[in-house]
Amino acid sequence: MALTYDEVVAKYEPVLGLEVHVELNTESKMFCPCSTIFGAEPNTQTCPVCLALPGALPSVNEKAIESTIKIGLALNCSIAPFSRFARKNYFYPDMPKNFQISQYDEPICINGYVDVEIDTDEGPKVFRIEIERVHMEEDTGKSLHVGGATGRIHGAEYSLLDYNRAGIPLVEIVTKIVPGTGKYAPQVAKAYVGELRDILRSLDVSDVKMEQGSLRCDANVSLRLIGSQVLGTRSETKNVNSLRSVERAIRGEMIRHAELLNKGERVVQETRHFQEESGLTRSGRSKEAAEDYRYFPEPDLVPVAPDAAWIQTLRDGLPERASIHRKRLQEAWAVPDKEMAAMINADVLNLVEASVDLGADPTKARGWWLGEISRIANDKDLAISDLSITPSDVAQIVAFVNSGELTDKLARQVIEGVIAGEGTPAAVIAHRGIKVVNDDGALMAAIEKVCAEQPETAHKIRNGHLPAAGALIGAVMKETKGQADAARVRKLLLAHLGQAE
Amino acid sequence: MIRDSASQMAKALAAGDITSVALTQVHLDRITSVDTDVHAFLFVDTQGALAQAAAVDAKRAAGEKLSPLAGVPLALKDVMTQKNVPTTAGSKILEGWRPPYDSTVVTNLRANDIVILGKTNMDEFAMGSSTENSAYGPTHNPWDLTRIPGGSGGGSSAALAAFEAPLAIGTDTGGSIRQPAAVTGTVGVKPTYGAVSRFGLIAFSSSLDQAGPCARNVLDAALLHEAIAGYDARDSTSINAPVPQVVNAAKSGDVKGMKIGVVKELNGDGYQSGVRIRFEESLELLAKAGAEIVEVSAPNFEYALAAYYLIAPSECSSNLARFDAMRYGLRVGDGEGASAESVMNLTRKAGFGREVKRRIILGTYALSSGYYDAYYGSAQKVRTLITQDFDKAFQKCDVMVSPTCPTTAFKIGEKSNDPIAMYLNDIATIPVNMAGIGGMSLPAGLAPEDGLPVGFQIMAPAMADQRMYLVGAALEEALLTKWGAPLLSKIPELRGK
Repeated sequence: MALTYDEVVAKYEPVLGLEVHVELNTESKMFCPCSTIFGAEPNTQTCPVCLALPGALPSVNEKAIESTIKIGLALNCSIAPFSRFARKNYFYPDMPKNFQISQYDEPICINGYVDVEIDTDEGPKVFRIEIERVHMEEDTGKSLHVGGATGRIHGAEYSLLDYNRAGIPLVEIVTKIVPGTGKYAPQVAKAYVGELRDILRSLDVSDVKMEQGSLRCDANVSLRLIGSQVLGTRSETKNVNSLRSVERAIRGEMIRHAELLNKGERVVQETRHFQEESGLTRSGRSKEAAEDYRYFPEPDLVPVAPDAAWIQTLRDGLPERASIHRKRLQEAWAVPDKEMAAMINADVLNLVEASVDLGADPTKARGWWLGEISRIANDKDLAISDLSITPSDVAQIVAFVNSGELTDKLARQVIEGVIAGEGTPAAVIAHRGIKVVNDDGALMAAIEKVCAEQPETAHKIRNGHLPAAGALIGAVMKETKGQADAARVRKLLLAHLGQAE
Repeated sequence: MIRDSASQMAKALAAGDITSVALTQVHLDRITSVDTDVHAFLFVDTQGALAQAAAVDAKRAAGEKLSPLAGVPLALKDVMTQKNVPTTAGSKILEGWRPPYDSTVVTNLRANDIVILGKTNMDEFAMGSSTENSAYGPTHNPWDLTRIPGGSGGGSSAALAAFEAPLAIGTDTGGSIRQPAAVTGTVGVKPTYGAVSRFGLIAFSSSLDQAGPCARNVLDAALLHEAIAGYDARDSTSINAPVPQVVNAAKSGDVKGMKIGVVKELNGDGYQSGVRIRFEESLELLAKAGAEIVEVSAPNFEYALAAYYLIAPSECSSNLARFDAMRYGLRVGDGEGASAESVMNLTRKAGFGREVKRRIILGTYALSSGYYDAYYGSAQKVRTLITQDFDKAFQKCDVMVSPTCPTTAFKIGEKSNDPIAMYLNDIATIPVNMAGIGGMSLPAGLAPEDGLPVGFQIMAPAMADQRMYLVGAALEEALLTKWGAPLLSKIPELRGK
């Protein structure tokens, strides 16, 4: 019998564990000088090292170590004075060496935390997510399994391998188990990943694009009866690639587990794959028989021993903490909580901030990003960051509106043009011949025409019924094909009919 | 000419008495003549070598300042990548593979204008002490073609002893430079770990592998040592410090006041009598040259072999995982309906030899969950103890010495079915690799009972490689005075073609 979420959390307590993989934005790979640019022709960004040719050796990208230490510091971790790389051994065609260089029992950052705030029934509440470790590793190549029903290697006719991604620096951020979030578990997890993303973005260490896979979350979920101290069997949902999916996946897994437990069945320890369309997960690899990765210290690399002075320099250079930064912005912009939350949810806060930095008024910038631009992104089913409109474009559009060169309505056309790839706002204006009708003579002609067409409405206004003006202003705007400044029209119309505001 | 030392050849080249092309050609002819018997080479790069020699001659003619060994030919162990030249590491799994890049050693050889004649035979992936584990057939010891030339670098040592090349590159994981040198009457040096870049050295055991020079005398080895050593950013374990002045040490040979520590545990039972006789003689000569002979003890050396056979196989089980038929080398079982997994399995089954498989299985087991602490973990602790033994001993002496191997060259086939007997051959060389320090083997004479060469091993602390050359040069000079001619002058003439 299908359970409701409320029934689930009335009986069970969820325990979470989150593993987030972050692709660093270094110019070169973790252990070789190959480029990391996304989207190049397959196998063009490879060398003897990342192809694991016989004799090739890894050497560590110092920038990647720096980025990882910054992440550790920003997550309140201690930085190990001595840490080591280890080999994780397993055979898979997209892993050239058939071992992954990772860190095992000696990670570079340990014991941190992140505080996240969410709305609860009792108002805003802070949850502390404890970080177990932050460690470095390398990404694998990409396999494309062709033919076969599942898109997996078993049953495929053949597989294509692209090693461009092999060796891209990855940082894995692992939480300790997270109990005590109760019914808010899905929201807490979402807020945590969102907070991580903001922190990583402020550190400028990653593109943090979940949809491109530069930030990936694996969510471990288990349930136990409320009051029990024993951990239940967990499932691990892999590669959940949006904040919304984090929430949905955990919620879905909680319900699935509870249904199994209620029926007296057991939860299988396994990886599961999140299905974006249904919001459900499907079974992946069993983890009941633990794989033996035969970890041992990587003998090709000397231990990482960052000196204290360097760590201090990195600590001193850390940007403002994301949550504090947001509070500061909210105050500076005088934005209500609800609007602030809307910006965070829509993932436009940094875009608004960048537009403001370029001179735009915060309210107006927020209006465009949350309004017209979000709408177009939704229509196109794209992330806002994937649209070809920039904070600089928005700042320019706001400036054009302020100077009276555009009306709000015309600005929407310009935004549409910029997103359609017609160039900068100025270029779109020139190209489309967009201009505000400033000629009072032309406007007066239109006003007279409209008043003649709708004498009853004009009469009402003349008698002081100002709300009726809207209909006539609309008709004038239509008459002038939207190129008039509505405020100016209103002023002229009211004057024409012997009224004032 | 081919019997000259590399430094004599270099002198003749510098004086214009001979061109590098002519010198290279003489060696190519010699290879053609005798290598069907010796089988030191897996690939002879006739065109490449002559082209390189011609380029050196042109530089010399143009008056360019050249390095000390410019124009002298060399044999390269087939474990080193050389761009576009077949590189197999003695394995079927790499048959036909031509690397798209040069190892750092090759880059350094080219920078010194040393002419690379070709690639020498070796035990598959450097696993062995006889070169019998090569997938391409054994190499024969020029002193007695029915005997092994040592291993894994038997091709390089045999090429020197057969006068096919005056210089060679070897690699030493547990003795693969020094033991072949010992049984062929040549000189071989394993420098301090990290002295020579491992970039392009096909890994057997990363924490133990070290490339080094092979030659027919101590000075030649020193000249080659300086040519190939030095920091390399592409090898994280490479030493970022100036290369010790080993050439100066080899030229000096002054051991007055030096303390030479004889390792108590590397002598006595299990060492052939002729080996012990020559070793004692050498000690007397060093004493006469002004060194002080002291006894030192290294109680943990007895565990070195056992620990080595956990660490080296463990690392190799991982290092050799990349040979999976996906990107290069042999591919078996491909075709309609074959899975990647079955192709990997069949390729590795067909491509690896018995000894390699044995070590992969050993290493996989030793690293497995539940066994790691007992095997790999304990072996690492032994490694620390061995290093401490060396540290303590080096407080009492400047270098330590021992016979290089317990016996002279054994017969081909004699130990191939007894891995333990084979492994015991490296009992005196392995501690050096475990501690990452330097070791040299040089000829101490012939064993009276079988007339075969005996090696004398000198061990120096890490980053003090010059001490081996000081002592080696002193002993070599004393022995030369005693014999009146180099040991290799006594080698039987190869009939050739």
